[in-house]
Amino acid sequence: MGTGVVNLRVMVASTKSMAAGTAVKPMTADAAEEIAAREFANIVESHRPQIFRFLLASLRDVDLAETLTQECFLKAHRNWKHFRGDSSAMTWLMRIAINLQKDHWRNRRLQFWRHTQANAVDVDEASDWLPNGDRNAEQQILAREQVAQVWKAVEGLSQRQRTVFLLRYVDERELSEIAQVTGLSEGTVKAHLSRALGRVRAELRGKR
Amino acid sequence: MNERTKLAGEIEDPIVAGALKHFKASVDAWSEAAYSQPRTVVRTARHTWRLAASWALGCLLAAGSLAGTLYERHVQQESARIAAIKAAEQRAALERKAAEQPVASTTDTSQPPVAAKNAANEDEDLLATVDSDVSRQVPAAMEPLAQMMESNGAN
Repeated sequence: MGTGVVNLRVMVASTKSMAAGTAVKPMTADAAEEIAAREFANIVESHRPQIFRFLLASLRDVDLAETLTQECFLKAHRNWKHFRGDSSAMTWLMRIAINLQKDHWRNRRLQFWRHTQANAVDVDEASDWLPNGDRNAEQQILAREQVAQVWKAVEGLSQRQRTVFLLRYVDERELSEIAQVTGLSEGTVKAHLSRALGRVRAELRGKR
Repeated sequence: MNERTKLAGEIEDPIVAGALKHFKASVDAWSEAAYSQPRTVVRTARHTWRLAASWALGCLLAAGSLAGTLYERHVQQESARIAAIKAAEQRAALERKAAEQPVASTTDTSQPPVAAKNAANEDEDLLATVDSDVSRQVPAAMEPLAQMMESNGAN
């Protein structure tokens, strides 16, 4: 999008002004930059909560999710000029977020001797967040238990399976989009999803 | 058909579908709450004492390993020196013994020592046994030759 969008807008503006019979004012670099900045701000505003939610579900750590979300948008801002708009901005941002998450796990594995504050909440704490809806107390307890079991199953998944699972059942993305974001084929995505669901099913069945 | 019902529909098991719905609702609620809560930016204080402690520990370790190496080297040198002294003492003792022995042999040459005589006898016996053993172990094909040799020896 980025420059492409800006250029497109400039063209539309100039066509309109030509149609109106007014003189065409060439757009300055500053103005183009301002438009690009505004575009990016809109992107941040609309996609930030989704990126944050995905990272929070992946890491179960509010502070870390916040940090990686910031980092994701910082990276996106740096590379905004190079974004050609082949995929949607959301797909592009999600790809950056997944890479950052991967880097985080890799670094954590390598730097195990470093003093890292582990703020990740445990499964029970994570499952406390459940809106009441119109459930009675018993149903609410049952639902919370189920959420805890799903968290437990998600915890046991491989990093790739977890990513695919969360993109599908939390972000509600299409399989083709998940494939695009993760760089996997649709068949592989389906296989990961099936294994992840199998795990969830087994966890739920075990507790039934 | 909205996305959520479609997703729930793709899972046949109603309990799994329900659990996934609850899971999504839970993640959404948590994310919204965490996202909307005000954040204060705290400047992370550099823990100078931690840095100093790690440096001190590092220096201590380096000094310890250096001292250990030096001590090991010193011990090796010391043991080598002691071994050299002992060897020199032994050599000197041997030389002294060697120097004393000729004097003793010159003073008493008329009678050979009894021990030496016994030793010579023992050697002769041993050689005789070996000879007989060897001759017994001659292969069957050589037996006539061995008998000839025995008869020659007897003559």
